[in-house]
Order: sequence, then structure tokens, then C-alpha cells
Amino acid sequence: MSEIRFRQVRHAYGDRAVLDGIDVTLTERRIGIVGANGSGKSTMARMINGLLVPSSGSVTVDGLDTARKGREVRRRVGFVFTDPEHQIVMPTVAEDVAFSLRRSGLGKEEREERVRRVLADFGLDGHHDHPSHLLSGGQKQLLALAAIMVTDPAVLVADEPTTLLDLRNTKLIARTFAALPQQVIAVTHNLDLLADFDRVLVVDAGRIVADDEPAPALAFYRDLIG
Amino acid sequence: MNTFGLYHPGSSVLHRAPAGAKLLAVAVVVLVLTLWIRQPWQVLPALGLAVLAYLVARIPPRAAVVQLRPVMWMLVIIAAFQTLLAGWERAVVICGSLLVAVALAALVTLTTRTTDMLDAIVRAAGPLRRVGVDPDRVGLVLVMTVRAIPLLGTVVTRVTEARKARGLGFSLRALVVPVVIGALRTAEAMGEALAARGVDD
Repeated sequence: MSEIRFRQVRHAYGDRAVLDGIDVTLTERRIGIVGANGSGKSTMARMINGLLVPSSGSVTVDGLDTARKGREVRRRVGFVFTDPEHQIVMPTVAEDVAFSLRRSGLGKEEREERVRRVLADFGLDGHHDHPSHLLSGGQKQLLALAAIMVTDPAVLVADEPTTLLDLRNTKLIARTFAALPQQVIAVTHNLDLLADFDRVLVVDAGRIVADDEPAPALAFYRDLIG
Repeated sequence: MNTFGLYHPGSSVLHRAPAGAKLLAVAVVVLVLTLWIRQPWQVLPALGLAVLAYLVARIPPRAAVVQLRPVMWMLVIIAAFQTLLAGWERAVVICGSLLVAVALAALVTLTTRTTDMLDAIVRAAGPLRRVGVDPDRVGLVLVMTVRAIPLLGTVVTRVTEARKARGLGFSLRALVVPVVIGALRTAEAMGEALAARGVDD
């Protein structure tokens, strides 16, 4: 597994600090981050992919500083957003997945083969030429996930990936996450999703207030929010 | 018109033809037809050519109608003006030429994957590299432009529904301000998603 290290990370928008004093190393295979809206958990997730760089302190992925080696970090860390609509670029399912490989340097045949394989892995093999925008919510999230996983990242960060989904699709995404060989870091309000994870961080007011196995961490979080 | 997902899968000779060749061919054919059509009767063989091309591509009539419907109202207005100003013969020539041009251009869209179109545009923009233009970025801009249209439509629909849900009447300011803000937010979210996919690296 990759080593993701936050060192004395602080991040502020103007005078308002959204993260402060974050000092943690993440090496487990399944890590959950929970917290109330505005607690700073999504900011923390975005820092792992280098989408945000800290105002002070540093974030490294396998020793690569996200502020200086953003491109290399993004090759290792895939990111799935809450709303897959924003992540889908191309009009058909296969094209959207292939879009991730445009700058991979791979030949056309190998790109097509990888696309076929990843669509099969994510249960979208019957939707090759299907218009992306006509997929169901769960299928769109699977497509967003497939478009990331086709690049074979070492780490997958998912920011509230089930928030817009119904129960059936939430279960589908949970099963998909469980089957991924990659390191997964999921920011979520869906506490059931984290039951089988290895580690859960509870973030409150920009700080990590609990860091434990799922059961005690989630019990702490439930007490915290009352 | 939904411009997102226009490709109509198929295996016809037109589907298999290279995107660049199709774009060049449609440009040449449209130019030739525009120069050639001078009499109303000449519109008929030109339309026949377009119909034949659709038959060869095995595009269902419904898909063709979806493509042409959005321009029909514009053709009606142009036809009315031309009839008043230059006579019905001129109106038939102008509107007929436009209809054939739009139909042929739409056929390229229907038979070409966006990826192939993108590759063709990137190749065509290759020489611009000498003057500091990144061809990949040119292609990306075009793809994002196409993607932005339905997304903007979604924002407009959302704002309109929110206004109706609150029982408010139509107001240009109440439409434009939230649509602009929504569009900017959507653009920011898409930009972030592209950055996360490493597209802009």
C-alpha cells in the first residue's frame, strides 16, 4: 500500500482555517474519513490527489510532495467525486473511459483492450456505445470509477461517492469498493460503507478528533454529533 | 437538441471512414453544392444525395429528423425573408442549400465517434505547435464546448424549476444571475474533475 503522509497541515480560505494541525500517516488498505458538513474532510481528501495544496505543512504520497509533484501524484492517486456528471466528459461510455488514456502513451489497440477490460470489471461491458448521460445514477458513478481505474492508480480517493445514490446503487458501489485491489480512501456520510474498513478518521472543525478501527471511531462520531 | 451522445453506432462504410476524410469531404461537397445550386430544381438532386448518404450510413429517419428539427424554424424565417425580398426561387435555393449542408454535417456527427473527431482535430491542429499552440488543448476545448451545452441546459432547467417551485413569475434577472452562478460552479467542478484525471497535466 502507498504511504500518504500529512505533516502539520493547515489550510485556510482567507482567515478561516478549514484544516489545522493535521498530522497523520495513512498506510492501510481501506480508510474512511467521516465528519459533519464543513468539517474539512473533503479538503483533506482533495489534498491527497494534489487538487488542493496546504497553506502550510505538506502532504506526500510515497514521498512525493503534492505541491511540487502534482502530476506524478495524480498518476498514483485517482479521485472520484460526489457527482459523476461533472466527471463524465465524453458522450459514450467507452469513449469516456478511453479519454483517461489519451496521454498515456499507449497504442490505440492497447487502449481499447484496457477499456474493454475495465468496462467488464465494472459491469458496464454491455454499455460500450451507450450514451453516458442516459446511464442510471449508479452506473454513472461506476463509469466515473471505471474512467479512473483504467489508469491503474495505486490509491483511489472517493469524496462522498454514494451521496446522490439510492440504496441499491449505494450497495453496488460498496461491493465494487470492497473488490478493488487498490488502497481506498472514502470520505462519506454513509457509515455502513465503512463497517469493513481498516481505519476510520473522524474530522471535526478542521482537526482529527478520532482515529481508530471502524466500530470505536464511528461510535465516537455518533456521540459527537449527538 | 441534445448534442451530447449524437453518435449513432454502426458498421457502414461511412462509420468506418476516417474522421478527417469525412470532415474534408463534407466541406468540399457543401462548397461544390453551394456554388452549383442556382435553380430551385437543383435542390432536388442535392437533397437526393444527402438522403442517399443517410441510407448508405443506415441512419434511421427518426435520428435524422432529430438532427434537422432544430434548424427548421430558422429555415422557415430565412425562407419568409427571402421570399419577400428576392422571390420564392431564391428562398428555395438558399434554404435548400442550407438544409443539405446541415444534413451532411449532421451525418458526419452521427457516424463519427467524438474520440475520432477529437483525434482528427488534434492532428489537424498539429502544425500550430510551431507557434506555441498545444493541439491536445485545442481538441480538449472543443470537446468541453460540446459537453458544456447540455450541462448549461441542465442548469437552466434547475433554475427554472426552482423559480416555479417558489411560485415566482418570469424575471430575466432571476434567471440570468443563478444560471451564470450555476454555470461557473459547474465549470469549476468540471475543471477540478479534469485536473483530478490528469488531463491538464
